[in-house]
This record gives sequence, C-alpha cells and structure tokens, in this order.
Amino acid sequence: MFCWLRGAIIGISVLVLSFAAYAQEISKEQIKGLDEQVQEIKSDVLSIAANLNQLEEKLLYPSNTQVAVFVSLVTGETFRLDSVDIQLDGKPVTHHIYTFKELQALQKGGVQRIYTGNIRTGDHDLQVSVLGKSAGGTDLQNTKRFKVNKGIGPKIVEVSLTAQGITFKDR
Amino acid sequence: MYRLIVSLIFLMFSVSSVLAGVSAPKELKDLYFGEALYDAYQGDWFDAISRLDTELAQHYGLDDPKRDTLYYHVNQAEFAVGDFELAYRMHLRAGRAIKAVIEGNVSEPVRNEAIFRLARIYFQKNEPANALYAVKRIRGAVPPNIRDDLAFLRAQIFMANGQFAKSASILKDLQGAKSLEGFSTYNLGIALLKEGKKVEGCQYLDRTGQIKSKDDLTLAIRDKSDLVLGTKLLKEKKFEAAKQVLDRVRLKGPFSNRALLGSGWADAFEGRFKRALVPWSLLATRDVTDASVQEAMIAVPYAYGKLNVYSKAAVMYNSALKKFGTEIDKLDASIKSVREGYFLKALVREELKQDADWVVKLRKLPQTPETYYLLELMASHNFQESLKNYLDLEELRKKLETWNGDLDAFEDIIEKRRAYYQPLLPAIDREFRRLDSQMRLRLEQRNRIQKRLKNMLVVPRPDYLATTKERVISEQITQLEQHLTTGGSSVPDGIKTRIERLRGVLKWNIYTQYDRRLTETYEHLRDLNHEVDRLKRQYTAFVRTRQAATQSYEGYDDVIRRQRFLIREAREKVGELMARQGRMLESMAENELNKRRRRLAEFQIKVRFAMADSYDRAIRAQAQEKMER
Repeated sequence: MFCWLRGAIIGISVLVLSFAAYAQEISKEQIKGLDEQVQEIKSDVLSIAANLNQLEEKLLYPSNTQVAVFVSLVTGETFRLDSVDIQLDGKPVTHHIYTFKELQALQKGGVQRIYTGNIRTGDHDLQVSVLGKSAGGTDLQNTKRFKVNKGIGPKIVEVSLTAQGITFKDR
Repeated sequence: MYRLIVSLIFLMFSVSSVLAGVSAPKELKDLYFGEALYDAYQGDWFDAISRLDTELAQHYGLDDPKRDTLYYHVNQAEFAVGDFELAYRMHLRAGRAIKAVIEGNVSEPVRNEAIFRLARIYFQKNEPANALYAVKRIRGAVPPNIRDDLAFLRAQIFMANGQFAKSASILKDLQGAKSLEGFSTYNLGIALLKEGKKVEGCQYLDRTGQIKSKDDLTLAIRDKSDLVLGTKLLKEKKFEAAKQVLDRVRLKGPFSNRALLGSGWADAFEGRFKRALVPWSLLATRDVTDASVQEAMIAVPYAYGKLNVYSKAAVMYNSALKKFGTEIDKLDASIKSVREGYFLKALVREELKQDADWVVKLRKLPQTPETYYLLELMASHNFQESLKNYLDLEELRKKLETWNGDLDAFEDIIEKRRAYYQPLLPAIDREFRRLDSQMRLRLEQRNRIQKRLKNMLVVPRPDYLATTKERVISEQITQLEQHLTTGGSSVPDGIKTRIERLRGVLKWNIYTQYDRRLTETYEHLRDLNHEVDRLKRQYTAFVRTRQAATQSYEGYDDVIRRQRFLIREAREKVGELMARQGRMLESMAENELNKRRRRLAEFQIKVRFAMADSYDRAIRAQAQEKMER
C-alpha cells in the first residue's frame, strides 16, 4: 500500500517540480493570431489619437493664441516635489499634485506639460509656486514671477525646478 | 510570500524591458520629446507613442527639419518610439520603426544598436531564426552601453537555435558582467547541460546557487538555479548532493516550497524519514493552495507511517482529506465564478491596477476566483501577454468612449462659436472693407510722396514744397492778373511791379527754405512710415483674428464626421477582440482550476486508501501490543 502511495506521490512531485504546461487547449497560433489583431487595433486607435490631437489643438489652442507651460527638474535634483501652482495674469490656471511615479519620471529627465491655454499677443505675467520637501526633510516653498511675451506663433515656456529655486526658460 | 512570488516573476519577465529603457538626453532641446519620455517613464505607453508619433510626423513634414528642435534628438526619438511600441506590445510596428532606422543614413553604432533592438523583438516574439539572422548582420562598432546586453542576447539566441556550444562560449566571456550577475552563469550552466557537458554545466549551476548578492533578481535566479540542479540530482538518485543543494534555497524565496518538498524527498529516498519530516512539516503548515504544500500534507503522514506511527499518520491523513475537500469546494466556486464572468470584471478594476500585487488581491473581492490557485498561471508568459492585451483593450475601449464624448463637446463649441460670430461678421466685414479702401488710398498717396521726394534728390523741385498758404497766395496773384487783363487791357505799370514783387517774395521764400523744407518733409515721411507700420500690424492682426474667427467654426464637419466613423468602427472591433481575449483568459483560468481540482480529487482517493490502511495498521499494532502485554 505505502509503496503504491509513494509511487503516486513521486509521480506528482515530478509534475510539481517540472515546468507546467498551462491551458493546453488554447494553441499558440490562437494566442499569436489574436495578439496580432490586438496590435492592429492599437495602431488604428493611435492613428485616431493623432488626428484628435491635431483637431483639439486646432480647435481649442490655435497657434496664434496658444501657450504651453512645461515643468522639468534640473538633472540630479533629489528634493521631493509636492505641488506646482501656475497663475497667468493673476489668475490661477492650473495646480498639480505629484504622485511618486510622476516625480520619478521628472527625476529621470521627463518633462511635464502642466498647462496649455490661450493668451493674446503681448506681455503676460506668469507666477509659479512650488511646494516640496528637501532631501533633509525641511519644507520648501518657492514663488517666482516671470514675464511671458506672446508673439504670433505658439508660446512654449519651460519652468525648471531645483530645491533652491525656479528657472524660467523662454523657448 | 505570494506577493514576493508574483513580484519576482513579474520582475523576471520585465528584465529585458528594464534593460531597454530609454534615457533622457543630457541637454533636452525639444520639450515635446521630453513630454513623451515623461509619459513613458510612468508606463503610459499609449500617450508616449501618440506624442512622439505626432512630433516625428511634424518634424519630417517640415521644409527644413534642421531648424526643428527635434532634429537634435531625432535618432533617439526613432529608437524611443520603437522601444515604446515594444513595451506596448506592438512588436510588428516596433520592428518596422527599427527597420526604418537600419535602412536610413545612420552611423555604424546607431545602425548596430537598431539591429540589436530588432533582434531582441524577434527573440521575444519567439522567432529565434529571424533573431539569429538579425544579430549576424551586426558588424563593426557597437555602442559601449549595449555591448554586454548584445552578447547576452546573442547567447540566448544561439541557445534558442540549438547552438549550445556557441552560446556557452559567449556566456563564458560574460562571467564578469555585473549587470548580468547570476543570469549569465545560470544560462551558461543550462547551455553546457544542453551541449552534453553535464559535469561542467552542473558546476556553473552550483556556482550560480552560491552567488552572494542583495539584489532580488539575482537572489531569485540563485534559488532557481539551486532548484533546477537539486531536481536534476534527485532524478539522478544523488540524494545527498541534491539535499545539500535544495537546502540552500531561501526559506522565504519564491522557490522555497518546491525546494522544501524536494529536500524531504531526498531524505525519504534514502530511508531517512525522520529527517524528511523536518522540511515537509514546515511546508505542510504553509498556504494550502500551493501544490507543493498539498503534496507535503500527504507526504508527512506517509513519513509517519514509515516510522510506524500509524495512529498519527491516520489522524493527519484525515485532516488532509478534510482540507482537500474544502479546497475542492473553493475550486468549484472559483470555476463557477470564472464562468459567470466575475474573473474578467475583477481583472479590469481600476483600484487594483494601481497596486503591483493586484493579482493577489483579486481573491478578496466577492465572487472572484481563488487567485492563489492561479498564481503560476498568471505568471506564465502566455497568460501575461493575454492579460496585458485584455487590459490594453479595456483602456482603448475607455479612450474611445471618452473621445466620442469629446467630439460631442467639440461640436457644441463649434455651434456656440458659429452662433456668436455669424451674426457679427457681416457688419464687421462691411466696416473692414470701407476702412480697407481708405487705407489703400492713403498708402498709395504715401508711396507717391516717397517717389516724388526721391526724384527731388536728383532734380530739385522747390515748388513741390510750397506751403498751402503760399499756393493760395500764388493762386490769388494769378487771379488778380487775370482780372486786370480782362478784355485785352494790360496791367498798369505800378501794379505790375507790385505783383512781380509779390511773386518774387513767394519764390524767394520757397527757394531759400527748400533745404529746410525737404529735411522736414523727410522727417514727416519717417513719422508717417511709423504710423503706416502700426497700421499694417493692426491690419494683419485683424486679418488673422478675422480668419481665426471663421476657422474656429468652419471646416470641422467632415473631420468630425470621419473621426466619429473611425471611432465607431474601432469600438466595434475592440468590443469583439475583448470578448475573444476575455474568453481566452477565462479558458486558461478554468483549465488551470480544473487541473488543480483533478489533482486534489486524485489526492483524495489516494488519501482515503492510505488513511484506511493506517487505521488498520494502527489497530493491528495496538492489538499486537495488547497480546504482547
């Protein structure tokens, strides 16, 4: 009796230790075929997204009034960025609270487009307020004002952040 | 423990994509490229590809792309889009993008890096022959940052094509590569074993099993190596050696359960049942859903039986039987839950996607299957790919739904703009036309004056600069002369002299003041030019605003109609593919649950016999004991 049980268990243990084959009823061809169709629809939807991006930009942010504000971290910055607040001509236009993933993306060199809007040609007042914590754990609070000159074409500005301050780059 | 298993398995699957990560340029010139990287670093592949596609299309559409800021990063952007597509599991498109780089006018290292990426795509898509053909095209300089990864990929490709000796030769050279610590040694061991060099292969697996590291991935590959080597030694009946190797596997690692089971069997095969009880007893107390634990639950009473402790064995068999019964009920409920669609519903829940351990937490939701039974299935490549596709399709479905709503909003905006501008524009246009004709007239006058002044620099014409008053006086004198000579009479002498004097004064003033007047006229023209420039700017601004007003509501109907059509088609296709992909996932889950259920049912039958046998033996032993007394 025990010999029989031992044999059965050994058989099973070999099964457990070997690499199991899952869901044999579904063939690799089926998986591959469906995967290719999913890739096709992704491609189709990406092309719709591109068209919609263009449409949205033309409709909502035409180049003669478009302004875009980007936020970046200076390379090597390790301070914890909690939030950024943007005011244009004294009016709050956007406020962003950063998640851990977003902060990591900024630290790796990614740039966030924090605001896209419309302004008239001429000079405008841009105010950037930053909240965060230094590597040592002290609270950081910084506010700076800049002058944005809007011309005929789209206006792109970059706000570059460090623990010490805020730098404005007119692009 | 389960979290660790899942996390590690996911980490092992994602190792290639981590190695392929795109780094940001040292000096970022194009902020939109930076934005695509920002999305990519968060795993938002769709947005990253969409942004970069748009940027690249705009870049190549320019008359002079060298003036575009993306020009400085264009090669990196091409690679990045390929990488993002690969991460988004769009291998066909990624391949095409990378092929375009290879065929383009690029330097040798860039071309080689592109081929490396293409080869990796083929390898990941299980096309080893194509991968081999691709890597063979790499010649000349290779960027230093991919040298080790390329060599490792070559070795993997050779192995996948059955060329184990070549693979082993490359892997031997990679033993010093820190980034591949554990992986190169383990793969070398496997390559040597496949080549038939068993002793050498086992040595490398043994070496991998003794690597000292704090890195989770390295520790996982170390455990895996020990498990593979230990299992091999068990099959070769080298029980003592197998036990030593299996006992090296960490007790809290993802391969711990299998190692404990094997370690027990290594003792049991040698007849050392007391020693076998140590790993098995530890294993039997772990989560009952694990296949190794279930096996340990009958291996422990089996060992007690061998040690003649039949009563304890019988009690333990009974306990195992009850637990197996409970687990079978749980599996039945899980299969029912999968069939009723709760599994798929749980998979796409938003809050679970925020958490890396979400697959494990599914089990806590009501009516969802027991995911512990599905952990290994969930970590398998096919299930992972199918699941990711299903989640991607769900994301596409949501996007398409949102976009449809966006188009409604766009149409509303357009309608409101039309309602506002259309009644205003005719009056504005009329006024504009009137002002425009006035402006043209003034501009013509100005041009005439400018031309005349220019000519006066060559041929001075003081009479042109006479003041209005002087012109009136001159006219009055002429009229006076005409009046005095009416009827053919001549002008009296005294008056004639006075008239000539007056003319002389006028001429004197005009001629003597000519230089000053010319200078003043030039100054006035300059002032006028400033005003004309201002007028032109205002004119251009008006024309632009007027154009923008029309463009803000005209010319969108066809575009929106077409997008609606494309979105509707895509939604139908996504719905159909989601249904098919969902059925595939459900079948995989159901098959796995059925497989585990069948296994437990087999266990139940065997345990019943073993339990009955143990009771018989226990009773016989007690009877014999009484007789002996």
